[in-house]
Amino acid sequence: MTTRAVRVLIAKPGLDGHDRGAKVIARALRDAGMEVIYTGLRQTPEMIAEAALQEDVDVVGLSILSGAHMTLVPRVREAMNARDLSDVPVLVGGIIPDEDRDSLMGQGVAAVFGPATPTDEIRDFIHRLVAEKDADG
Amino acid sequence: MPMDKLVAEVLAGNRRALARLLTQVENERPEVLPRLTALFPHTGRAHIIGITGAPGTGKSSLVNALAKRLRAQQQTVAIIAVDPTSPFSGGAILGDRIRMVELAGDAGVFIRSMATRGSLGGLARATRDMVRVLDAAGFDVVLVETVGAGQNEVDIARTAQTTLVVEAPGLGDEVQAIKAGILEIADILVVNKADRPGALQTVRSLKMMVETGHPAARERFAAHHGRLLPVPALPAGDEVSLWQPPVLQTVATENTGLDDLLAAIAQHRQFWHSGSRVTQLQERYIEIELYERLQQALMQRFVQALPPELVSATLQQIRARRLDPQSAIEQLLNQVETHGYPSSR
Repeated sequence: MTTRAVRVLIAKPGLDGHDRGAKVIARALRDAGMEVIYTGLRQTPEMIAEAALQEDVDVVGLSILSGAHMTLVPRVREAMNARDLSDVPVLVGGIIPDEDRDSLMGQGVAAVFGPATPTDEIRDFIHRLVAEKDADG
Repeated sequence: MPMDKLVAEVLAGNRRALARLLTQVENERPEVLPRLTALFPHTGRAHIIGITGAPGTGKSSLVNALAKRLRAQQQTVAIIAVDPTSPFSGGAILGDRIRMVELAGDAGVFIRSMATRGSLGGLARATRDMVRVLDAAGFDVVLVETVGAGQNEVDIARTAQTTLVVEAPGLGDEVQAIKAGILEIADILVVNKADRPGALQTVRSLKMMVETGHPAARERFAAHHGRLLPVPALPAGDEVSLWQPPVLQTVATENTGLDDLLAAIAQHRQFWHSGSRVTQLQERYIEIELYERLQQALMQRFVQALPPELVSATLQQIRARRLDPQSAIEQLLNQVETHGYPSSR
């Protein structure tokens, strides 16, 4: 269990305007005591990586419902790595077909959460990630 | 002494290092103290502008519009945007970046969201230290956008050199503004969303309040009417308060009124730096800051020096109405004064 405030960036890359999921997650994580930086719709991978850097977040959560995840997610990861943020985990939420899931996990994504995921599960996952990171020093 | 790596990186303009140091400051990490000490000589160059006002007045949009203009003038801009922490969960949703999307790709801008968190006085201290870090990192202007109400705003006004108080038409009558007490800290009053109905009324009532509430205006008022209440002489060295806050209109989302606002900010900065004002004001701020930090440090040491069982026994006595809080304080003070502080590490 960490005592410091966990900071999470919730971002919506790409062009779909469906932000309900992102907002539900943002709220659930806030209610779990986290500080959630919400950047709004239509973010480019560069914008997301830059926000993650400036805000010094522990985790980046991407919400994608447009089907463009195979394009967008690797770009976000690349833009983050280019900023020396390779140690910051990326989580993906949204409608992600099973066959894409493994591929994303192989490209530096820590977890993929589908639409039916209980928010508690996401909260616990983030707490575990942060605890591991803090233990590593 | 060799320079700390993180400090050296911050001074060299490394943004990741800057972000990390800001986190350490915010979390009040013990390793921060020597780093702030090392950065302190590099501070004092940035123009620090506080932006405050009730929720919904458009502070974030105004910060966005201001930052864009400042960038057009080749000035680098750091932004600290504060949002409230939920008192129930301790979490927060920090959403000010939504209104600052246009600044996202700019390497001359650094935006940091900040939650108010819980600790008493902690926000003001953390904000002040974060502003210093950004100042040392070389930003020309640091914009601090605050939550909107209460003592925090006054504290932040003491951090900033120019404080903008943002109002919007139709947010309730002007008495609310007086009650909130934030008019007194305004160097510039901005009526944002000035394209809405009622803007002129808001401007008018703000102007009236500024004029009647201002020491210089009061002086003129008394002279004009001769036999009004005697005006108390201004305390010596109080010329800092002789700035008359202008009331300006903007529509931040349409970039209207920003030239006037920037001009007023520049004017205020000039006013600040003219004569002995800046030294007087800075001395006063430094004194306030010193006492605040002393208070916090003493409090911390004092609480550490108290045996926990004495604290719980005292609390129990108060709960049972056998002891009143003030007498309890006396007892606790006596305890520490008799037995002393535990020797520091």
